[in-house]
Amino acid sequence: MKLLSWTFSGVRSFPRCTEGGQKSVNLFLLYRSTYKENQILVTVRDAINQAIDEEMTRDERVYLLGEEVAQYDGAYKVSRGLWKKYGDKRIMDTPISEMGFTGIAVGSAMAGLRPICEFMTFNFAMQAIDHIINSAAKTCYMSAGLQPVPIVFRGPNGAAMGVAAQHSQCFASWYAHCPGLKVVSPWSSEDAKGLLKAAVRDDNPVVVLENELLYGVSFEMSEESQSKDFVLPIGKAKVERQGSHITLVSFSRDVGNCMDAAAVLAKEGIDCEVINLRTIRPLDVECIQTSVMKTNHLVTVEGGWPQSGVGAEICAKIMEGPAFNYLDSPVTRVTGVDIPMPYAKILEEHTMPQIKDIIFAVKKTLNV
Amino acid sequence: MCDRATFITIIIIKRGAVAGFRAVFGGREEEEGPDVESQGRTERRSDTGQGATSEKMLTNISNLLRACAHRHVSTETVVSARTYADFTTQATFEIKKCDVHKLDEAPATQVVMTRDEGLQYYRVMQLMRRMELKADQLYKQKIIRGFCHLYDGQEACAVGIEAAINPTDHLITSYRAHGYTYTRGGTVKEILAELTGRRGGIAKGKGGSMHMYCKNFYGGNGIVGAQVPLGAGVALACKYQGKNELCVCLYGDGAANQGQIFETYNMAALWKLPVIFICENNRYGMGTSVERAAASTDYYKRGEFIPGLRVDGMDVLCVREATRFAADHCRSGKGPIIMELQTYRYHGHSMSDPGISYRTREEVQEVRSKSDPISNLKDRMLSNNMASVEELKEIDVDVRKEIEDAAQFATTDPEPPLEELCNHIFSNNPEVAVRGTNPWSKLKSVS
Repeated sequence: MKLLSWTFSGVRSFPRCTEGGQKSVNLFLLYRSTYKENQILVTVRDAINQAIDEEMTRDERVYLLGEEVAQYDGAYKVSRGLWKKYGDKRIMDTPISEMGFTGIAVGSAMAGLRPICEFMTFNFAMQAIDHIINSAAKTCYMSAGLQPVPIVFRGPNGAAMGVAAQHSQCFASWYAHCPGLKVVSPWSSEDAKGLLKAAVRDDNPVVVLENELLYGVSFEMSEESQSKDFVLPIGKAKVERQGSHITLVSFSRDVGNCMDAAAVLAKEGIDCEVINLRTIRPLDVECIQTSVMKTNHLVTVEGGWPQSGVGAEICAKIMEGPAFNYLDSPVTRVTGVDIPMPYAKILEEHTMPQIKDIIFAVKKTLNV
Repeated sequence: MCDRATFITIIIIKRGAVAGFRAVFGGREEEEGPDVESQGRTERRSDTGQGATSEKMLTNISNLLRACAHRHVSTETVVSARTYADFTTQATFEIKKCDVHKLDEAPATQVVMTRDEGLQYYRVMQLMRRMELKADQLYKQKIIRGFCHLYDGQEACAVGIEAAINPTDHLITSYRAHGYTYTRGGTVKEILAELTGRRGGIAKGKGGSMHMYCKNFYGGNGIVGAQVPLGAGVALACKYQGKNELCVCLYGDGAANQGQIFETYNMAALWKLPVIFICENNRYGMGTSVERAAASTDYYKRGEFIPGLRVDGMDVLCVREATRFAADHCRSGKGPIIMELQTYRYHGHSMSDPGISYRTREEVQEVRSKSDPISNLKDRMLSNNMASVEELKEIDVDVRKEIEDAAQFATTDPEPPLEELCNHIFSNNPEVAVRGTNPWSKLKSVS
């Protein structure tokens, strides 16, 4: 599957509406422009689909449940084709009963199965959050290790486009707060596949925060990542772009924004190092510290609200560690605006961090 | 003299010298009565039926007088002649009929109980009762802290259910879980040590009263009603894995109004999950009586499209029979079924609730005297010649000793070591660092 038209496929599948959107898509695809042997372009959606498919083939105890995952092929078509392949027993459509089906999923994990519990969005998981925290996350500890809960909770998290306040919240910091949970958030297709496979194989509750807007984006996947046993380690961040002047840390969709901002800044002679967290809990503090000790400046970027957010946690951790002495300026957080998400396009655009906000923050932090 | 004497076990007694004399000198009367106490001697039956010697008469009269001074109220006398070889090995009992919902059949009303079964049920219920009372005592001594929800009064439920399911079946319940932890395989030592927060506890002191686990027993759950979808999930795993196992999923009359339970009813029925939903209706959700909490107190009907049974939860045989019926229903692939056990708790909701602000002492006393599951089983066995008073007393003594030993262990076992503080956050995981109360406090978690 040689991809001569990869530029175009990327553009077509990426419904960006922000200013400079088209340009940014081309830009980040260009980062992967050095064509390597056996790299293919895969959408995040397909990568997730592959991960679920492979893990279900590998282990009979793995099954998927959620609303519309079976006969509808998934609300966002992530589970396309799986019901045809595996049938009713292993791909289960549930009624609209988050608290009920999440409890059922957790109970089945306690009794030996390995469920993948899909939420149509994590906004709806709020109804089931008692089961995620109290029934799943805390149980191994409360039982002194007698009762493990090998379950994956996955679904889209954070803002989409025009879906307004009740459908746009980012839950990364909520879940990352709780011991007993692991929380991952992929950006690229490799991230999505490798992290989900690792999550399924993990004997503990893992929350996988995907992003609806990334489902249609294509990324190159290495040959290694096409193997059925390709897993990414949970708890390890990835340096997506090496740099020397400043460190940008982000997760999920905003990694793309950081990469775009870095490309623009490169033209002005500012060399950014971009870190893709991949895992929110446990946070890979060493990676960030190593980078900060090299660049002396740090900007965190996230879509969620500022108070008690992921950026706030990174600031605290940096201050508590050796990297603090290497900072030439305080850490800057770029976050979503501290309001419920509005509907109108112009308002929504100005509620989420844009590339220009990242560029502005970088320059301020570097005092240029 | 003794070899020709008659071996008689005299069971005495309460009201009236007349009745007593009738017992000693008269014929045999078979009567039931709670709180019967043995006062007699055993003597071998002989053919000649020689009259009592004066020595024996004096003994009997003294026994009688002792009995008449006894406080407990009861009915008349029972005199039966027996040896251990003479005990009835099994008997048939008439039990209360269950109310049914969406069912054409009901559990049997004539049930057989063997002597061995009876002794076992008696022992386990008595042990549970004593264990809970010991927990009460330890709590008042401040050796147990936090939550402590006691199960005394409801023993017939746990014992009856366990008698009707297999050890390979599964069970999950609410926070009032000490009894079930025992019937599912925990030892009294482990349970009491968990309550006192020691390293020998069933959850190594990490869980406490509400978070006890053992094989095929999923706790002990602190969030009211959360155990219901979890139980259906266990049943889903049973069905998925095709092992013909089922899950018994218990909740109270208070939890019965939780929304997630209705979500669970829907999915369990839709997917025909092998789950027995059991509502232990002890008439009060904490301090709120059922009439004040539920628009419909027919908890066995609340599953609407799920068949239901209403069962006398104070009778261990009723519970056993109904659970057998329900288990057959599940195992035959018909899907879920609901049982409502009408039961009662003697203690308040928890140790911080005296339990008499929302109900009268008289009510509690009445249930204790008329419907106590242990007393009623005891009466059944004695009046059907299935056990002797001494035998049951021996069991009581043995139980008391077991509880004392366990309490001794639970109060002397050391607390968990601080090195264990962060362990078991994860299962099957490499060692992780855990942040302590300050940045320099670097703790470790091993799984």
